[in-house]
Amino acid sequence: MKRTLPLILVFIFGIMGIVPYYIPHGGYQTLDNMVRNDFLRILSAFAIVLGLGSLMKVHIDKIKKHRENWPYSYVLIIGFVVSGFIGLFGGIEGNGMLPTSIASFKFDIETLYLNIIVPLGSTMFALLAFFMASASYRAFRVRSLESALLLSAAFIVMLGVIPLGDRISPHLPTFAQWIMDIPNVASKRGITFGIALGGLATSLKVILGIERSWLGGKE
Amino acid sequence: MTILLLSGIFTLAPPTGIQAYDTPDDRGGSITIEWQLSSNDVGIEGYEIYRSEDGVAYEMVGFIGQGRGRYQDETDDNREYYYKVAALRDTVRAFSSSSQPVMSRPQLFDLGATNLFIAMIIFCSITLYFIQTARRGKKFEIRKIAGLDAVDEAVGRATEMGKPLLYCMGVGLVDSIATIASFNILGAIAEKTGQYETPLIVPTSDPVVYTVAREIVKESYTSIGRPDLFDSDKVYFVTDSQFAYASAIDGIMLREKPAANFLVGYFQAESLILAETGAMTGAIQIAGTDNVSQLPFFVTACDYTLIGEELYAASAYISQQPLLLGAIKGEDWGKIVILSTLLVASLIGLLTKFPILNLFR
Repeated sequence: MKRTLPLILVFIFGIMGIVPYYIPHGGYQTLDNMVRNDFLRILSAFAIVLGLGSLMKVHIDKIKKHRENWPYSYVLIIGFVVSGFIGLFGGIEGNGMLPTSIASFKFDIETLYLNIIVPLGSTMFALLAFFMASASYRAFRVRSLESALLLSAAFIVMLGVIPLGDRISPHLPTFAQWIMDIPNVASKRGITFGIALGGLATSLKVILGIERSWLGGKE
Repeated sequence: MTILLLSGIFTLAPPTGIQAYDTPDDRGGSITIEWQLSSNDVGIEGYEIYRSEDGVAYEMVGFIGQGRGRYQDETDDNREYYYKVAALRDTVRAFSSSSQPVMSRPQLFDLGATNLFIAMIIFCSITLYFIQTARRGKKFEIRKIAGLDAVDEAVGRATEMGKPLLYCMGVGLVDSIATIASFNILGAIAEKTGQYETPLIVPTSDPVVYTVAREIVKESYTSIGRPDLFDSDKVYFVTDSQFAYASAIDGIMLREKPAANFLVGYFQAESLILAETGAMTGAIQIAGTDNVSQLPFFVTACDYTLIGEELYAASAYISQQPLLLGAIKGEDWGKIVILSTLLVASLIGLLTKFPILNLFR
C-alpha cells in the first residue's frame, strides 16, 4: 500500500494535469487552478516547515560538533531568528505591530531584502564574468578537430559583433550572424525536439507507474 | 465639384460586415466581434464597440485603434448580446448596422488543440507499444552514454578517496520535468552509494523538492537493505534564492571537497558558477540539464554532460530495466515520425499551394 497509493495518486493527478490543455470549460479550469495553486500552496507551506527544520538541524548539529567553519552557522541561525521576528511582528514594509525604524534607519523586511539579499545576489551573479573567462580559456584550447572548430566559430562570432570585424571585412558580421542563425539554431532545435519528446515519454512513464525510481524502488 | 470635395471631408464611412460570434475554444465569457474597416480608416482615431442586450439601448464596451477589425468582449455566458461598431473621427461617429444576436458558452473541447492531441496520442501509442514489446521479453539496446557510464567511476573514485558525492538538483521546482528526471537518477545513485557506503550530500533549493529527495534517498537505502545508512543531515534544504543557493553549493564544494559532483536538474545562470567551482576542486563532474542555454557551460566545465533527452534516458540506462528501455525505443520512433512528418510537410509546402502550415497551428 505504501507504494501503491503514491502510484494511484500520481496516475490520477497526472491525467488531471493533461486534461485542462484540451478542455477549456470553466468548471474544469477552476478545478485545475485549485489543484495547481491552492493544493500546491498548502503542500509547500508544510514542506517549508520541514525544509527550514532540516536547515536548522544541520546547522545546530554543526555548532554542537564544532565542524569546519561552525561559527558561520551562528550567522545563519541569528539571521533566521532576527528576520523571522521582524517579518512576523514588523510586517513586510514596516506596517506591523512593532516599529521597524529608528529615526531614518529602517530595518523592515523589504529594506533588509533590498539592501542585503539583492546586492549579495548581484555579487554572485557578477562572479559569472570571471568564471566565463576561465571556462572560455579551457574550452578554446585546441586539442581536437571539434575544439578547433569551436574556437574558429567563436573567433568569427566575436569578431563579427565588434566594429573591428566590419573593418576587416564587411562580410564578417553577416557570416557571424549566419553562424548564429543557421547552424546554431538548427542544433538547438534538434536538442529541443529531443527534450520535448523525452519529457513526454518521462511523464508517460511516471503517470503509468513504469518509472518508479522516484519512489526509491525498482520495476 | 466643391460640394463633392466637402462631402469627402465631412462624411465618415461606417465599418461594415459586422459579425459577432462566440469565441471558439475558450472557457466561455467571451464574444469576438469582427468588421470590415471603414473606407476612411486612415483618417480616424479608431473604433468604438457598443453592446446591447435588447437591440435598442447600446452602451460602449470598448475602443480599439484604427487599422484593426477585431475585438474580444468579456460577457456573461448564456445571455444574448447585439453589437454595433462606430468609426470615430473627432466627435463624429459613423455606426455600423447591428450584429445578429449572439451568446457565449464554455466549450467542452479545444478544437484548436486537436493536432496536438492527435500527435500526443500517436506518440503515446508508439511508446506504449514498445513498452508492451519489452514486457513480452524483447530486449532493446541503448547506445552508450559516456556521462552515465562514468557514474560507476565517480562512485568508485569517491569510495576509494573516502570522500562524499555531491548531488545538486538545481533551482527547478518539483513540477519541472528536469527535476523529475533528476529524482529518477538520484534514486539510482543513492542505491549505488549505499552499496559502497559512500556519503551522499543532497542540498536542495526548494522545500517540496527537499521532502521528495529525502524520501527517495531513504527508500533507496532501504531497498538495498541498508536503512541505517540514511543520514538526514546529508539531504537538506538550503534556500530558494538562486544565487544564495549557488554560494551555498560552492561552499560545500570547497569545504567538503566531494570526489564527484552531480549537477543534474534544471539550472539557470548559476550553472557555470557551480561547474567552474567544482572543476577547481578537481572533482569528477557529471552534469545534465534540459535548459538549452546552460548546456554550453556544462559542456565546457564538466567532464561529462547529459544533453537534453539523455537526462530523461538516464534512469533507464542506469537501471537497464526492460520496460524503461522500451520507452526509450518508443521515443526514438516518435522522433522518426516527427522528422518524417516535417520532411513531408516541407515538401508539400514547397511544391504545392496546399496550406500545410495551418495543420500545425
